[in-house]
Amino acid sequence: MKIGIVVFPGTNRERDMVIAFERVTGFTPQIIWHRETALPQLDMVVLPGGFSYGDYLRCGAMAAHSPIMREIQAFAQKGGYIMGVCNGFQILTEANLLPGALLPNASLRFLSRDCHLRIERNDTAFTQGWKQGDIFRTATAHGDGNYFCDAEGLKRLEGEGQVVFRYASPNGEIDPSNSDFNPNGSINAIAGIVDQTGRICGMMPHPEDMVDPLMGSEDGKPLFQGIMETLTR
Amino acid sequence: MSKAQLIVNEELGKEFGLSSDEYAKVLTIMGRTPSLTELGIFSVMWSEHCSYKSSRAWLRNLPTKAPWVIHGPGENAGVVDIGQGLAAIFKMESHNHPSFIEPYQGAATGVGGILRDVFTMGARPVANLNALRFGSPDHPATRHIVDGVVRGIGGYGNCVGVPTVGGEVNFHASYNGNPLVNAMNVGVARQDRIFLSAAAGIGNPVIYVGSKTGRDGIHGATMASAEFDKDAASKRPTVQVGDPFVEKLLIEACLELMATDAIVAIQDMGAAGLTSSAVEMAGKGGVGIELNLDHVPQREEHMTAYEMMLSESQERMLMVLRPDRTDLAKEIFEKWELDFAIIGHLTDTGHIVIKHHGQTEADIPLEPLADEAPLYHRPTAPSPKPEPLGAIDVDVSIEQSLIKLLGCADLASRSWIWDQYDSTIGGQTVYRPGQADAAIIRVDGTNIGLALTTDCTPRYCAADAYQGGAQAVAEAWRNITATGAKPLAVTDNLNFGNPEKPEVMGQIVAAIEGMKDACNALDFPVVSGNVSLYNETRDANGENVSVLPTPAIGALGVIDDVSKTIGNVFKADYDLVVIGATKGELGQTLWLREILGKETGNPPQVDLQAERRNGDFVREQIANGVIEACHDVSDGGLLVAAAEMAMAGNVGCTLDVPEVGMRPEAYWFGEDQARYLVMTSQKDALLQAAKAQDIPVRFIGCTGGDSLVMPSGAVTTIARMKAASKSFFEKLMKV
Repeated sequence: MKIGIVVFPGTNRERDMVIAFERVTGFTPQIIWHRETALPQLDMVVLPGGFSYGDYLRCGAMAAHSPIMREIQAFAQKGGYIMGVCNGFQILTEANLLPGALLPNASLRFLSRDCHLRIERNDTAFTQGWKQGDIFRTATAHGDGNYFCDAEGLKRLEGEGQVVFRYASPNGEIDPSNSDFNPNGSINAIAGIVDQTGRICGMMPHPEDMVDPLMGSEDGKPLFQGIMETLTR
Repeated sequence: MSKAQLIVNEELGKEFGLSSDEYAKVLTIMGRTPSLTELGIFSVMWSEHCSYKSSRAWLRNLPTKAPWVIHGPGENAGVVDIGQGLAAIFKMESHNHPSFIEPYQGAATGVGGILRDVFTMGARPVANLNALRFGSPDHPATRHIVDGVVRGIGGYGNCVGVPTVGGEVNFHASYNGNPLVNAMNVGVARQDRIFLSAAAGIGNPVIYVGSKTGRDGIHGATMASAEFDKDAASKRPTVQVGDPFVEKLLIEACLELMATDAIVAIQDMGAAGLTSSAVEMAGKGGVGIELNLDHVPQREEHMTAYEMMLSESQERMLMVLRPDRTDLAKEIFEKWELDFAIIGHLTDTGHIVIKHHGQTEADIPLEPLADEAPLYHRPTAPSPKPEPLGAIDVDVSIEQSLIKLLGCADLASRSWIWDQYDSTIGGQTVYRPGQADAAIIRVDGTNIGLALTTDCTPRYCAADAYQGGAQAVAEAWRNITATGAKPLAVTDNLNFGNPEKPEVMGQIVAAIEGMKDACNALDFPVVSGNVSLYNETRDANGENVSVLPTPAIGALGVIDDVSKTIGNVFKADYDLVVIGATKGELGQTLWLREILGKETGNPPQVDLQAERRNGDFVREQIANGVIEACHDVSDGGLLVAAAEMAMAGNVGCTLDVPEVGMRPEAYWFGEDQARYLVMTSQKDALLQAAKAQDIPVRFIGCTGGDSLVMPSGAVTTIARMKAASKSFFEKLMKV
C-alpha cells in the first residue's frame, strides 16, 4: 500500500497522520512537498490538517492552487483514492473535488474537543472498518468546520448517500441544532462526505489522533484498517 | 522620521528610560555623546526587561543545578536530561503589557516568542502552557481582554501546530488594568544536538532569517519596563504583530538546518530585536560583530538604523554559520519561502559596529555594555501583615458553599478556554486539561512521559510573599507528583509591581526567598525564567494599583514509562484516602473570600519536609499501582478536590467519615498544604504503607453514584455541580 501525504507550507498534522498509518497498518507513508509537479506511484493521496498558507485567504483556497493539485486532480480522474482531513477537507472543497464549503464554526470560535460520529454507510474504503450505525469518538480541532451546501446540493448529497460521517450524541442521536452534539453547526450535522465515486473523502475531525489507548481512545483505528483492506486487496 | 533630528542628551535618555546616573555611565563608556542609535541600544539593553537590574542580585540565590540539569539560566531556555539521550528544553515568559494594549496580538506574540526561545536551541516544540491573570469579572474591560488573550493564544498555538495542554487562570481586581499573560513552551531535542548562542569564528557570516523588519514594536522592551499611564492605549504601535504561519515555516526550516553542521550559533530576535540578539551572541562569544543594515530585509521604506535596531518585528532569527555552509542554508530557507540575508560578520574588535548607507551609526564596546549594566539593590520594606482571621460566623451550609465555590471565578470550569486550544495535535497528548493534575505528553518514538504544569496562588503571595513563593513551587511539584512523574525542574515568571517602591521590592525579595527554600527542599532547580516588573496601572481615581505579587511557576517532570501515569478522574467503586495532615487552615482560603467576603488571616503554611515526604510517598504508591487516581488538595480544599474528581469522571462519591476536632468548614474547605486526595482499590495496603512511613492518612469514603454525598447525608448531584462550574464563563462571556 503506497500512501502519499502532501505537505503545504503551514500543514501541521502530517506527522499525526504518519504515526496513525504506521501504528495501525504498519505501512509508512511518504511525504510529498507541495511544489512537486509529479506524484510518485501511489494508491492514496492524503491531505492532512493544518493551516496551509496561514489560512489567510479562505481556508484551503491557496493550497487548492498549488502546483501539486493539478497532479492530484489527474490522480483523481484516474481513479486514485484521496482523503482530506480538516484543512485537507477544506482544500478538497476549494479544489472542487468535493462539493460544498466549510464555513466558520457557528460559535465563531476555534473548537478543540472530542465529538462523536455516526457511520452512515460502510461500503467505502474509509468506513468499511465500521458497521453502519456505529458511533465512535474522535478529536476535533478547527475554526472553520461548519459544512454548508445549497439546498439542491444537499438533496443530491443525501440522495446519493454521499454523507459518510455525521456528528452525533454518544448514543447516536442526530440533532443538528444541538451544539453539544453538532459542535460547529454543520448542515444536517455532516462531518464527512465522499464524492460520487466514493473514492474521495473529506472529513473535519481527526481520527488520526485516536489510534492509541494511551491517548484515551482507539476509536479512529477502523478508518485506517478499512483503507488498508481496500488498498491491499 | 523626526527621530533623526532628535538631539541626544540626558533629557532624551530619560525619555528612553535611562536615569541620570545611567546616562552618565553611557557617556563614560563611550567617551563622547552617543548617537541616537547608540542611545537606543544602551536604553534597551539596560532596560529592566533585558538587564534584570532590579532582580538580578536576588535571582542569583535561586538553586540552578542538579545532576539532570544540562543548561540552567543564561541560555535561551533551560535544558534538562529526560533519559535515552534526550533533553527537554523549556521556559516561561511574560507578555503582560502588550496584552493589555492589544490583547490578541499581545498574547499571540507571547506564544510566538517563547516558541522561538525553545526551537532556537534545537528542540522541536511539543507543548504550550500558560498562566493567565485577568481583572475582576465585573470590570468592563475584562471580557474583552479575556476574549482577545484566549483567541490570541489559540490563534498562534493552533496554527503553528503545537498542542496547548495546560495552564491556570485567576481573576482579581488588581489585574484590571494590567493582565498577566505568561506563556510557557516545552521542546524536545537530542542532547548532542543542542544549539547555543555564543558566537565564534572571526570572519564568520552573520545571517538574518525569517520575516522582514518593520517598524512594529520599537522600544517594546522599554515599554515593558515602565508603569502604564492613562495614555497606555496610545502605545498600541509598540505592540508587535505575530504571524504564526511564518513561525511554523521558521521552525521547520531551522530544524532542517539544525540537522546539518552549518550552525555555529543561533539566537532568536525577541525583546529588543536585532540589538539584543547581536549583542548577546557576540558578547557571550567574546567577539565583535559588524552589521550592515543595508542588507536587512525590510518591509517598510526609509527605515533608519535606530528603527531597525530597535524593531521587535516577530519571527526573525540571527545565526552565525560556517562560511562553507552558507549556500546549503540559503537553499533550505528558500525552500520554506523565508528571507535569508547575510547582514554582517564577526570581528576581533570586541565592538558592535552598525553601518547603514555607508555611515557608521553605532560603535559600542560590548564588554562594558554588558558588564557595566546597572545592578540595583533597591530598598525593601515589609508588607503589612494581613488582618487576623477573626471570628467565623457563618450560616451557609456546606453544600451551598460548595456550589458557590465551584462557580466562583478562581475555581469554575475552564473548558470555555481550553476548548479553543488544540490540545491533541502531535498525537502524543496522554492527559489533556482537566484529566490530570499535570498535562502528560509522550515523547514521540519513546515511552517517556513529560508532566507539565503552571502554578501560583497570588492571594497567598499578597498575604505573605515568602509563603506564597514557597507554595507556588510546592504546588507545581505536587501537581507533577500527583501524576506519578518525577518533578525535575522549574521555570519561573516573576510578575510584580514597581520595584522602586520598597514594599514591592520587599515582596520580590521575600517571594524569591520562599521559592529558593522550596526548590532546595524539593530538589527542584530553576533552569530558566523571566521577570516582569512595573505591573501597575492607574485606577479610575488616578491611584497607582500594583498587581498581586505573582511569581508564576512552570514546571516539568518525567517518567520513564508514560503508561504508568494516572489522572484525577473518579471511577466507581474505589476507596478514597486523604494523604497529608488536615489542620483546617482557613486564612486566605477561597471559602473565606467567597462565602464570608473576607481576605484575612495567614495563608496556609508550607511545611517543606511534609511536602517532600508525602509527595515521595504518593509517587511511590502510584508506581506500585496502589493509587489509581490522584488530585492535589489546593484551592477550595478537600471537598472541592472531591467535587472536581467527581465532575471529571461523572462518578460521584460518598464521604461517610465525619470531620474530627474542627468545624466542618475548616475540614472540608481548609487549604492545608502537602495533601492529596487519592483513589485506591487497595485501601489496606495503602494505609499500612503510610503507617509504616509515618505519613498522615485518613480513609474518607468511596466512589460511586451520580452525586456527592456528605456524612450528614446531604446530597449534591454532579449535574448541579457541573452547571455551577460551567456558569461562570457562560455569564462572563455571554455565551
